[in-house]
Amino acid sequence: MMPRPGFVLEVDRSTPPSLFWRGEGFSLEKLPAGRSRVVYAPEPLEPLADVDTAIRHALDHPIDCEPLRALLRPGMRLTIAFDDVSLPLPKMRRPDNRQRVIEAVLDLAADAGVDDVHIIAALALHRRMTEAELRHAVGDRVYDAFAPRGLLYQHDAEDPDNLAYLGTTAHGEEVEINKRAAESDLLVYVNINLVAMDGGWKSTATGLASYRSLRHHHNVRTMEHSRSFMDQHRSELHLSNRRMGKVLVDAGVKVFQIETTLNTDTFPPPFSFLSKREWEWNPRDRALYVATTKSLARTPTRLARKIFHSIEAPHQMTSVQCGEVGAVHQVTTDQVYRQQLVPVEGQTDILTMGIPYICPYNVHSIMNPILVTCTGLGYYFNLYRGKPLVREGGVLIMTHPTPWEFHPVHHPSYIDFFEQVLAETTDPAEIEATYEKSFAEDEWYRHLYRTGYAYHGVHPFYMWYWAAHGLQHCGRVIIVGGEPRAVRRLGFFPASSLDDALEIASDVVGRHPTITHLHCPPLMLADVT
Amino acid sequence: MKALVFERDVPRLAAARVAGAMRPGLGARYGPLSLDEVDPPQLPGASWVRLRPRLAGICGSDLSTIDGTASRYFEPIVSFPFTPGHEVIADDDAGRRVVLEPVLGCVARGIEPVCPACARGDLGNCERLAFGSLAPGLQSGFCCDTGGGWAAEMVAHPSQLHAVPDDLSDEAAVMVEPTACAVHGALRWPIREGDLVVVLGAGTLGLLTVAALRRMTPAGVIITAARYPHQRDLARSLGADRVCEPGELARLVRRLAGSMAYTAGTGRDQLTGGSDVVIDCVGSSDSLQQSLAIVAPRGAVVVVGMPASVRLELTTLWHRETALVGAYAYGAETMPSGERRRTFDVAFELVRDADLGRLVTATYPLSHFAEAIEHAATAGRRGAVKVAFDLRHEKGR
Repeated sequence: MMPRPGFVLEVDRSTPPSLFWRGEGFSLEKLPAGRSRVVYAPEPLEPLADVDTAIRHALDHPIDCEPLRALLRPGMRLTIAFDDVSLPLPKMRRPDNRQRVIEAVLDLAADAGVDDVHIIAALALHRRMTEAELRHAVGDRVYDAFAPRGLLYQHDAEDPDNLAYLGTTAHGEEVEINKRAAESDLLVYVNINLVAMDGGWKSTATGLASYRSLRHHHNVRTMEHSRSFMDQHRSELHLSNRRMGKVLVDAGVKVFQIETTLNTDTFPPPFSFLSKREWEWNPRDRALYVATTKSLARTPTRLARKIFHSIEAPHQMTSVQCGEVGAVHQVTTDQVYRQQLVPVEGQTDILTMGIPYICPYNVHSIMNPILVTCTGLGYYFNLYRGKPLVREGGVLIMTHPTPWEFHPVHHPSYIDFFEQVLAETTDPAEIEATYEKSFAEDEWYRHLYRTGYAYHGVHPFYMWYWAAHGLQHCGRVIIVGGEPRAVRRLGFFPASSLDDALEIASDVVGRHPTITHLHCPPLMLADVT
Repeated sequence: MKALVFERDVPRLAAARVAGAMRPGLGARYGPLSLDEVDPPQLPGASWVRLRPRLAGICGSDLSTIDGTASRYFEPIVSFPFTPGHEVIADDDAGRRVVLEPVLGCVARGIEPVCPACARGDLGNCERLAFGSLAPGLQSGFCCDTGGGWAAEMVAHPSQLHAVPDDLSDEAAVMVEPTACAVHGALRWPIREGDLVVVLGAGTLGLLTVAALRRMTPAGVIITAARYPHQRDLARSLGADRVCEPGELARLVRRLAGSMAYTAGTGRDQLTGGSDVVIDCVGSSDSLQQSLAIVAPRGAVVVVGMPASVRLELTTLWHRETALVGAYAYGAETMPSGERRRTFDVAFELVRDADLGRLVTATYPLSHFAEAIEHAATAGRRGAVKVAFDLRHEKGR
């Protein structure tokens, strides 16, 4: 049976309550009938029947490029870079796409007699991956063959000895990436494209770049001019990365891009009801919902967090393509759209969204208030093509506990950002102008990023910039169920319930606003006309 | 006349200690402090004068005495029964309004020649506090011969008096004495141009210290840790550049100092660099330990808040060559310009410049002394700063 496309449900009196994520938990909320709608993601696409065969076929039939085996020769320097722990979400069941692709590439390299191979996790300014996370991504065989010999390692954006400056774009953007990748005879980039923002030149120009380079597109101006950054044709973020890609090509960096897409099969049993449409819940689903919510309510947060982060998604690969970066990414994006695009007519006064326990930057970690902001106003708000789901000046309502809590190892600079920067201002432009440099160049954060498992000192700024377009667009932001002190520090309004939030929103959008609920995850992309 | 009297009564002092531990300030209800009808104090000498207090502040040292937590160190330098109150603006016999400089040094005690400290003008360091023509007492308000400000009348030596300008309100004038303490604390350690200075504590003394640092020293960034919103607002208005919650202090100092950090065995973040000077206006084990953790090597921790018995891990002090410096009371100060000035003169100017009379947030008559003491002991959480007795309408003045 063909998977059903996404669709928009008009809420009437018979519509059952809608599922709202609330971090490590969820609730069912009744939306006002007659003026509310719920946007549902398409059902998961059928996966590739034989993934390994598809990968080998793609490597032999790349787009706008010679087959990979033709590019491999003895004595060459080959570097394989791969997306880090931020993708996919939740982590997928083994074998991970990256493992399958890297093993196939290594088989070809071995056949061709290539023995100078480095494998690099393209972290950008993210935290380093643990051994377990690396093993999960690339598989035990690859890890055991390369890591002990120092040939599988993680990009260090603060290692001056291992960065190569390659020039500037016509817009004056400096391009500096990992030296080994830049100086290799061939750079194979292995990507997982979870959302339309991922992949393309962003893989190399961001994933393997330094702060010097990243700051040219990870800034407030770029974010405010990316409408949205899920739509690469209207995204300043992507334009900048493409310009940098040209510099890379002109400098002689040869990139063989391998991109894979996943279906939206996000939650395994017993959580699979989370992906279903509520009116299709059977008695078992309803019982599971009740049992899960009741037991989660009694579970200490730390344990609940551990349970959720242990979820391995049953995602499956829906496509694999490789070759020239731009051409490959066009095909990949079409595949992402095929899975995620949902046509939506018109904007809404209020956009509601449940923020789940995970985002790209808190894998095995804590969804702190800054990441709640980034997930809601950065990622979810930007899940549109055309125009935002919520009208300009409208209200965005999130549901999340938003605790004043941070992972001290992963997010040390976030703590300082929250305490010291947001206490002074929440204006992204002012924050960028006043504080970014001192955080980016802080020796302590640099040390923790390079030697521990900390995100780079500047990373919380990027999270805030990610929300800049949403902050600029929305008239009010409300968090339901959030810790009031933390919510106020973010500059938002706390509400105890959805009804309370709608009451607070009425100051901005009146007493009878239209409401759209983004039923996410599973991920989708609203094509708003 | 009516006076609050504090007696040496060991059982009631024990009761005060228990009550104070349950709720700060509760020692006023169960301890050896009582409102009595007493004879006015005798003039100890021909030159002494009578004062009729107008306002008399309640200080942290008063509170620790009343709650029975003050150090036994003071026993030889106080005399019982005494009437507390050393932050005083009063009317003298001639009808002038005066502020009392309460330290009972050699001159007040009729000691000649004066001790070396008094000769230098460092009145707070007087070596004769238990000697001379007066009963022991480090200050008026702790001496059985002089009385104190929490009464309708007290006595003072003319050397202790500072005339109050007509345009200075009683509320502003009663802040002069605590301001003098803060001035002395701010100037106790030489602060260099651009130094990063932390003030721990945002009660009266902490806030006044911020004001003194900003106006009397070339300090660069001044950071204050404040628990309550009104304290944060006042700290900013008085000159703090950065104000944070106490639990955020180490991280803020680390970042502004460009320091590294590690978790020391003490369980708190130990900075490798840190603040050039920390002025501790709390004086507890916790605040002193935190001061040692955030002060830069060869920096100084100035203890302005009155400590009692504290327990400290001093390895960091030894290893990082930290100067631990006390700052008690006042006398004369060497200003950053090199000029030598009486602390009270400087304090008068500061009170006026920084409008410090606004820090007096509540006043009580003597008859409500228990409520007043409890209010002062919980000032922060009740949105107050300085609580004082208002004696202007007291019978017997």
